[in-house]
Amino acid sequence: MKTTSPRGQPNVDSSAYAVLRAHLRPDELRIDADLVKRWLVNFLRDELIRRRGIRQAVVGVSGGVDSAVVAALCAQALGPANVVGVRMPYATSSVLSSLHGRLVIESTGIRDRLIDISAAVDGYLREEPDASPQRLGNVMARMRMIVLFDQSAKIGALPIGTGNKSERMFGYFTWHGDDSPPINPLGDLFKTQVWQLARHLNVPSDIVAKPATADLIRGQTDEEDLGITYVRADRILHYVLLGYAPADILAQGFDSQDVALVKRRVDATHWKRHLATTAVISATAINEFYLRPVDY
Amino acid sequence: MENLDTASDYDALGIVPKPASRAIEATALARKPLRLGLVQFAPRKGDVQANLRSIGHALEALADDCEPFPDVIVFPETSLSGYFVEGGVRDVAFSAEEALDRLARVAREACPKKETFDIVLGFYEAEHGKHYNSALYATLGARVRLHHVHRKLFLPTYGVFDEERFVSRGRAIDSFETAYGRAAILICEDACHSLATTVAALRGASIIFIPSASPGRGLEDGEPANVRMWRDIMRVVAAEHGVYMAYAGLVGFEGGKGFTGGSRLVGPFGDLRAEAPFSEAAILRVDVSMADVASARAALPMLGDLESNLSEIAAMLAKLAGPRAPSA
Repeated sequence: MKTTSPRGQPNVDSSAYAVLRAHLRPDELRIDADLVKRWLVNFLRDELIRRRGIRQAVVGVSGGVDSAVVAALCAQALGPANVVGVRMPYATSSVLSSLHGRLVIESTGIRDRLIDISAAVDGYLREEPDASPQRLGNVMARMRMIVLFDQSAKIGALPIGTGNKSERMFGYFTWHGDDSPPINPLGDLFKTQVWQLARHLNVPSDIVAKPATADLIRGQTDEEDLGITYVRADRILHYVLLGYAPADILAQGFDSQDVALVKRRVDATHWKRHLATTAVISATAINEFYLRPVDY
Repeated sequence: MENLDTASDYDALGIVPKPASRAIEATALARKPLRLGLVQFAPRKGDVQANLRSIGHALEALADDCEPFPDVIVFPETSLSGYFVEGGVRDVAFSAEEALDRLARVAREACPKKETFDIVLGFYEAEHGKHYNSALYATLGARVRLHHVHRKLFLPTYGVFDEERFVSRGRAIDSFETAYGRAAILICEDACHSLATTVAALRGASIIFIPSASPGRGLEDGEPANVRMWRDIMRVVAAEHGVYMAYAGLVGFEGGKGFTGGSRLVGPFGDLRAEAPFSEAAILRVDVSMADVASARAALPMLGDLESNLSEIAAMLAKLAGPRAPSA
């Protein structure tokens, strides 16, 4: 509708205004995959070569997307000939994991090592025949770390971690198992960001697209264990880490049960993201009073 | 014979130049290009000797370069030790005089033919039982002289930063005389506060040196977000005050945190003159004319306008900084 000013002059017609709506919710988890790749390749070179003088890496290759990405990054950082991919199946491990593990080795060109951990795990379990599936899974994870550290010691290499930020925040890993390697390129990337990076690195699509699984128990998947998909969980985790209160997260349209689940898992697992709690006796307690950074 | 422009050139030949008026001297200085070298490198954590060697290698590289040796070479924050040292600050801190003595020895070995040059370098300083995150401005070569030491005022203590737990705050921003005009130093977060740059400019600085250590974060769009933030801050603040801003940043990873170099020179029009990449050791060479400062301030007299309103602004700031009135 046209209006006029008190002096009778026409004002601007309301139809002359274009109403612009700002979209204030971009994709919170988008990464520049090429930039992240270059950043992590530099990180690996810096940590291994410049800081430690080590030129070889050992990666546990499970057949999943996380270890596939780490294998590809290590191959670019150090050269494929300087990276050993260790496949460590147990008797119950899925055939698909084994096939995908081989695919990772072939596509990256890294060195292949197959070590079946069944005998080592079962040797212990003969003393504990009633161990639950969860205990069995933890034994496998810790056995794999024994293998990775020993294989590293054998050739003067460093074991490289593969845990992502989503599973770290959920405590969805075996303490002092999967989280043991001294450096980890993926620990600040959510699972959905690892998928973005994997596609950029040309990780075989079958590996990126398949349901994530720890493959410690037959048929398990991460998302069934966690009770939420990574796509939903990662966005909620993003806001939790920024310090948003649950009510403010809900106000953005997330499901209340999802928010409660994520918050509960994060709050219950702070201890898993730390080293052992040490009784402080003196005024020189390590990492309490005596403070030195990891690279000092 | 080459033109002899500086007192040191004449000193070397034993010639006493005819005294010139201060105005003529100032004009001559403004016309002479100021040659800057901005160095970014990755120190070895806590290894002062290794880092002095790296500094020496940078000087050697500049001495071997086909271009004339820089007048001023700027090194990053905490160049002698690395940035994240926590309680180790006591192991790696020196008095400014001791740091200067070590740097002077390095300079003599690295470029013995060079008469004099100036250096800006960040280091952890020990003084009277206290520790500071400091940067010195000194002349090295035949005549060694410490001109100025700036102690960082804004100590980031949030997120990955924990400075105030380990070092004390500096209390002053000052400018100092150099062969090419007045200068000031701000260290890293100091320069993120436009008010700090304002104080430096009001104190007469035409060029502000910024030794920095900025850990990268935000890898969503072409470059780390903090690189973009620094570029934006420097361009806006340099234009507002009509000053040059010369930034030198650490590179390399410390405990998983990757520093983002991005050493750059921004001119007094807010114009980005040169910038180094964000992830590799490099020396960025750039020549500038200090005469641009007067041109920029004439075109955009923001600093003069501020000086006109300074008493009112200062009164408002004093009120904000004074004791708070009791709440009702």
